[in-house]
Amino acid sequence: MIKKQLEEVKEKALEALSHADILDSLEQVRVRFLGKKGEVTAILSQMGKLSPEERPVIGQKANEVRGLIEKKIAERKEELSKAAAEQKLKSEKLDITLPGKRSRIGKKHPVSVVLDEIKDAFVSMGYSIADGPEVEYDYYNFEALNIPKSHPARDTQDTFYFSPEMLLRTQTSSVQIRTMEKRKPPIKILAPGRVYRIDEIDATHSPVFHQIEGLVVDKGITMAHLKGALDSMAKKLFGENVTTRIRPDYFPFTEPSAEISVSCFMCGGEGCPFCKNEGWVEIGGAGMVNPKVLEGCGIDSSEYTGFAFGMGLERLVMRRYRITDIRMLFENDVRFLNNF
Amino acid sequence: MDISYKWLRQYTPLTAEPGEYMRKMCMTGNEVTGYANHADRIHNVVVGKVLSVRKHPDADKLSVNSVDVGSGEPIQIVTAATNVFEGALVPVALHNSCLYDGTKITRGKLRGEVSNGMFCSVAELGLTTHDYPGSIEDGILILHEGTPGDDICQVLGLDDTVFTVDVVTNRPDCLSVIGIARESAATFGLPFQVEKPEIASFAPEKASDFLTVSVEAPDLCPRYRARVVKNVKIGPSPKWMIEQLRSCGVRSINNIVDITNYVMLEYGQPMHAFDYACVDGGSIIVRRAASGEVMKTLDGQERKLTEEMLVIADDKKPVAVAGVMGGENSEIKDTTSMVVFESANFFGASVRKTSKALGMRTDASARYEKNLDPNLVVDALDRACQLVEELGAGEILSGVVEVDHSDHSVRTIPLEKDWINSYINASLSEQEMTGILESLGFSVENGVVTVPSFRSDVETKYDLSEEIAKFYGYDNIPSASFKSDISGGGYTEEQKFERELGEALRGVGLSEILTYTFVSPRIYDKLRVPADSPLRNALKISNPLGEDTSVMRTTTLSSMLEVLSRNYNNRNSEAYLYEIGKIYLKNADEAELPEERKIVTLGFYDYDGKADFFTLKGMAEEVFASLNLKEAEYRPCSDHPSYHPGRTAEIWIDREKIGILGQIHPAVAEAFGLSGEVYCAEISYPLLYASRAAEHVYKPLPKYPAATRDLALLCSEDVYSGEIEKVIRKAGGKNLESVSLFDVYTGRQVKEGYKSLAYALSFRRDDSTMSDEETDRLIENILAALEENGVQIRS
Repeated sequence: MIKKQLEEVKEKALEALSHADILDSLEQVRVRFLGKKGEVTAILSQMGKLSPEERPVIGQKANEVRGLIEKKIAERKEELSKAAAEQKLKSEKLDITLPGKRSRIGKKHPVSVVLDEIKDAFVSMGYSIADGPEVEYDYYNFEALNIPKSHPARDTQDTFYFSPEMLLRTQTSSVQIRTMEKRKPPIKILAPGRVYRIDEIDATHSPVFHQIEGLVVDKGITMAHLKGALDSMAKKLFGENVTTRIRPDYFPFTEPSAEISVSCFMCGGEGCPFCKNEGWVEIGGAGMVNPKVLEGCGIDSSEYTGFAFGMGLERLVMRRYRITDIRMLFENDVRFLNNF
Repeated sequence: MDISYKWLRQYTPLTAEPGEYMRKMCMTGNEVTGYANHADRIHNVVVGKVLSVRKHPDADKLSVNSVDVGSGEPIQIVTAATNVFEGALVPVALHNSCLYDGTKITRGKLRGEVSNGMFCSVAELGLTTHDYPGSIEDGILILHEGTPGDDICQVLGLDDTVFTVDVVTNRPDCLSVIGIARESAATFGLPFQVEKPEIASFAPEKASDFLTVSVEAPDLCPRYRARVVKNVKIGPSPKWMIEQLRSCGVRSINNIVDITNYVMLEYGQPMHAFDYACVDGGSIIVRRAASGEVMKTLDGQERKLTEEMLVIADDKKPVAVAGVMGGENSEIKDTTSMVVFESANFFGASVRKTSKALGMRTDASARYEKNLDPNLVVDALDRACQLVEELGAGEILSGVVEVDHSDHSVRTIPLEKDWINSYINASLSEQEMTGILESLGFSVENGVVTVPSFRSDVETKYDLSEEIAKFYGYDNIPSASFKSDISGGGYTEEQKFERELGEALRGVGLSEILTYTFVSPRIYDKLRVPADSPLRNALKISNPLGEDTSVMRTTTLSSMLEVLSRNYNNRNSEAYLYEIGKIYLKNADEAELPEERKIVTLGFYDYDGKADFFTLKGMAEEVFASLNLKEAEYRPCSDHPSYHPGRTAEIWIDREKIGILGQIHPAVAEAFGLSGEVYCAEISYPLLYASRAAEHVYKPLPKYPAATRDLALLCSEDVYSGEIEKVIRKAGGKNLESVSLFDVYTGRQVKEGYKSLAYALSFRRDDSTMSDEETDRLIENILAALEENGVQIRS
């Protein structure tokens, strides 16, 4: 009798389960059959009326039925959960081609980008970074660099003056002198900074621009060291395949003097419109520090020698990013700045 | 400077292609920047002989010509020119030819008559009337020589390569054909020879009987040498001379003037020729000009002279500005019959100063200002007279008239072979070094180098090493890295800080800008800076580009506002920017350099109104936090002329005001062409750097729970939240871990003139849990303290 009831309950439960297609109705099924007042529980409560012989048999049967229902519910539950999860994921689908929500991150000015790279390159070669004033004495900008008042080289660097003795520096070479006056060799510095020259503003000229000056003074420094330093700099800045060339030039504060070019980083030296078919791009000037300059700073030129080099930063920046108008660098239009 | 290849070859047998010549010369320090050949632009233009001229049957202004162009059959050319005649030799641009300016000429018909080309004028060949004697502006060029069919470029000497050379300032010897020829010969390893000029015969009269020279300013004129020429016949120069002058960019005037220019180009020594008849008293006096003295120079300009300028004068008047330009009063005229040739040496700095002061830089002054070799005057003067003889332009009086104060000492430098080899990393023998030096005009004997007088730039062994390195080849110098014991490289703490600052500023959304550091003095009005403010005491540039860039800025605010304004005018909907740039503050002692102080400037506007004062303040807080600065305090600032009186704060750290932030005063924004709200901050970089907290030490995570309480407070609208927070913190004691404002309310539920502020307070102890009683006691303390300050708990 109970056995039959159990069979019926089992059938009813399985039937009910097959209709339960959401998790809620599954729970209802569980309560209906297995809850405190559920049908299986009700049947089991009749166990007391059974004879001792029947009890274990029916008990076992009842446990089987309950076990089966529990198992089926669990199976069904897993199925439904899975389906529900899938449904949820499906409903959460996004148009991932919509634009992202960006937080505003500011940009570094391109001149700083390149300058920081150069500084890093030299710092990694053991240089330290030196600084000097922009409003400078004539002495540091010219006299001490072997450019006396009457020197024709002054013509090529038209200078803004405040008084006959005070000016806006036309070259970062002034920092060489200030450094050598303060410190005794060995010296190994890089001095980047603003310089000023009288130039009408146009696409390639700015009265304000940046130079990077390097200076090394020690015992036994020779031209080969200058070439070596320029080579490693060029490779760090423009890539391992770039080669450096120096050609004779003239600067009053170096002897011998040289113009620095690197193989064109656009065409690799084959010649292209970028390097005007020359295969080389001029990046600055260099030379062995003129002994007059060393002596002027109280450094014994029979004991020490040195080299110095200088480069214009804006030209490097413009070449790097193919900027054709230097004015862009000082106009600071955000559409321009956002490029970097 | 332009240099003719043909002319160079008179001294050294160069054969290099122009491109190769250019490359090799650059490697020995002679910067050849380019070259051109006049003849390359003209094609298929030949000499023609006009056989017959007849009137065009249908056009009054045209003539029909039969021309022999050396091709057998004469060809027919129609022309409108009227100066063509039977027998004339003319340039003929044949069918399919090209003129100097690129014009292509082809066969055509003019009013029914066939024209197989065109006759050419001087301009069509790229010349001027100065380039060919007897030529006219508006007409066909009538040639003096040539055979029908000859290429016109050869006949006119246009088939010459002209190099452009940039000569460095310490090498005035290279401002000459001879100088460049010497360098060329050394570069290509070729022989080089200049014959010493010689005058074949002299007139019986002595120059010194006609001319006296006195130098009253020997400091400015180390050497003055002159010769006198009589029976001068002024006329055109010969074709070869005109051609050589033209190739170097000098136009022909007449034979005497051309000779002076020719010698200057050839030797690099400027020359001058005076009309002897105009030299009063036959005396040349080299003296400083009298103050207020006036003279008309050859270019027709009246020049006011000063006592600093050197002039060449006669008994009565100045006749030339020494080393710069001759005077109109003594210039060579067609009637000139007697000439004084001046070959002088002047002090470079003085010529440079004079030419600058007078605003005239001439070929002569450009050479003189670089200090020429005083010995050069001798050969140059003789060369000029030799040319006078060759050209049959006059008779040279015997003897020279000269005043010579120049230094004739000869410089010698020991040839330190080993030192040079190590300095330039070469291994040259003494013979090799000697070979290089000798090819450049030095002589070497017993290990001592004698420097030629034209190389005053070579003073020391360093200079010798450069000469040797240039011709040994910079390319041959190896690269080496140095094993240096230099330590201490790397960034300083401050340099690292500046980088971190930049990163932090970009992190809050600001982009870096670079601006000019010289500004217009008018910015101070735009910024509403009071008339007596020290800010206006800016360093003035005495020779600025213009008023807009005439003073060194004492504030960065205007630079930022200008950039914001430019972006605004460019219709950018927002701009968030920063600059780390300098201001320049005059020293009390104006002979001392100014203080250059870095200022960190923030600035932004946003069309969409997404940003306000608290956006700016939040940025500052974020940046300060990421730099680990000490706690900043924000104090209201209502009296800064450039900022909004109710929306501006001073930033204080450690009892020091480090900067200001706030909304730009609407009147200032408007003055810069901005509308809407604009926000800026200016912070002193050195003070910012000084505000770093001592150490960045890890703080352990709390072990015990916090007790939290919310407080809703009511106070008058004028009370600053910052003040309330201060009171809370003080009363809360050391266990008050944090105070954060989470709501500000004014409106219907709060009485008029009051506001409600809601704070979340968190209390914590490191060593045990805070009890409720303890927390409540602290809250009571806080409320009592607030009450004293007129702040109540909101019921």
